[in-house]
Amino acid sequence: MSKHFKIIDYAISSLLRRKYKSIAILVAYTITVAMLASVLFLTHSLRTETTFVLQGVPDLIVQRMLGGRHELIPLNYAETIKTIRGVAGITPRYWGYYYDPLTEANYTLLGTGSGVATLDLLEGRLPGSVDECAIGAGVAALRGSDQSKELILVNSRNTGVLFEVSGIFHTASTLLTNDLVVLNDPAVVDFFGFPPDKATDFAVRVPNSNEVQTVAAKIKRLFPDTRPITKRELIRTYDMVFNWRSGMMLTVFSAAIIALCIMAWDKATGISAEEKQEIGILKAIGWDTADVLALKFWEGLIISMTSFLTGVLLSYLHVFYCNAFILSAVIKGWSVLFPTFHLTPSFNLFHLLTMGFFTVIPYIASTVIPSWKTAITDPESVMRG
Amino acid sequence: MIKGKIFIGFIALECLMLVSAYLHGRTIQPSNQASQWQAKRAVVLRLGLTDFALWTEARYTRHPSQADFFSAFQDFPASPDHFPAGSIIAPIHIPAKETP
Repeated sequence: MSKHFKIIDYAISSLLRRKYKSIAILVAYTITVAMLASVLFLTHSLRTETTFVLQGVPDLIVQRMLGGRHELIPLNYAETIKTIRGVAGITPRYWGYYYDPLTEANYTLLGTGSGVATLDLLEGRLPGSVDECAIGAGVAALRGSDQSKELILVNSRNTGVLFEVSGIFHTASTLLTNDLVVLNDPAVVDFFGFPPDKATDFAVRVPNSNEVQTVAAKIKRLFPDTRPITKRELIRTYDMVFNWRSGMMLTVFSAAIIALCIMAWDKATGISAEEKQEIGILKAIGWDTADVLALKFWEGLIISMTSFLTGVLLSYLHVFYCNAFILSAVIKGWSVLFPTFHLTPSFNLFHLLTMGFFTVIPYIASTVIPSWKTAITDPESVMRG
Repeated sequence: MIKGKIFIGFIALECLMLVSAYLHGRTIQPSNQASQWQAKRAVVLRLGLTDFALWTEARYTRHPSQADFFSAFQDFPASPDHFPAGSIIAPIHIPAKETP
């Protein structure tokens, strides 16, 4: 044990002798690990949250398709759908998009059924009349409605409509409500100028989850121009969005893995003349090949473990305490309204161990293998170069 | 020996911080998490929401689950994908026939 402490001591001194190179490797390695871990933490957290929160989505959404595009659905379709066995209820949904030229942002205007209601994550209440609205924190901040308590939007007849803000969604819910402007159903119909006999789509309630697929198939058979979207499909969509195969993961992963490969390749293809000479001297003064290998192992471990643990801790702070501000800038795209992530700190231990295995082990191997090649050569010829 | 001990101490400290972070996530958070998630689920239920308000730049990025099957050609034939978020969202695989 004492021998290894002395070797660690020597390994640190050896790294400090090449301090600029060591620091450069340490920083690059830490950034790479932090980047990878940030994506892992963010996607894991979002996936876990999505799986739970989206359990509340309608069992079945029925859209009408026309020319391959989403089209308004006639309300009389609901009468037939209601008669399908297994359907407990059907609600027409009224919603659409609104481009605000003032802020260059897109809002989602959503109709809510009748009745005034309050929600835990809503400061105030849902709209009770056609001239009231409840808005997301993003819209409120962008339009200053949190102060003025009113919102003016231009409707389909190019007339400005003044809505009184009856509630603002809490910032904790921005992931769901950031761009929402919630009106009541008649207000949405009037605002967009929807024909009175049409809705955006239907939300169908099917209490028995085993019947959802059958109901969807029956709807499709009765109305071939519709597209039923089941809850399972909907949740799977988000599973795919935050999956490791998604673009977000692949983009960051490929950059990080290429950086790691270049670093490992550079180390594995050979060690510097200075390092070779050092090994030669150590052998000449009586170090065994095993001692040299132990030294190189510790050198690799000091760099890789320090970088790995620091990288993981930095990414934890970045994602869960700084709301992933660096990653947000990357994944924001062109969205003017982008939610702030308020994620619950949690991570998957298996993912972390896998990442540790794939970053620490190759680095140690690429440090030890070329040193082993040098260590088994005659010290005199090594020192002569 | 001093440098070695400092290094071991530093690594031990980092490991301890990581374990604390893990345990914090596993033990203290769940109660907060459950109430937060319940509240969010209530919003989803009441408003009938289907998607997360992550990317608001286009229809198919705001509501990926409700979007058409294609995004790149949504505006006219051979129209390219305009929006950066289009490269972040993976194509959605929907099996031709799903068993109930």
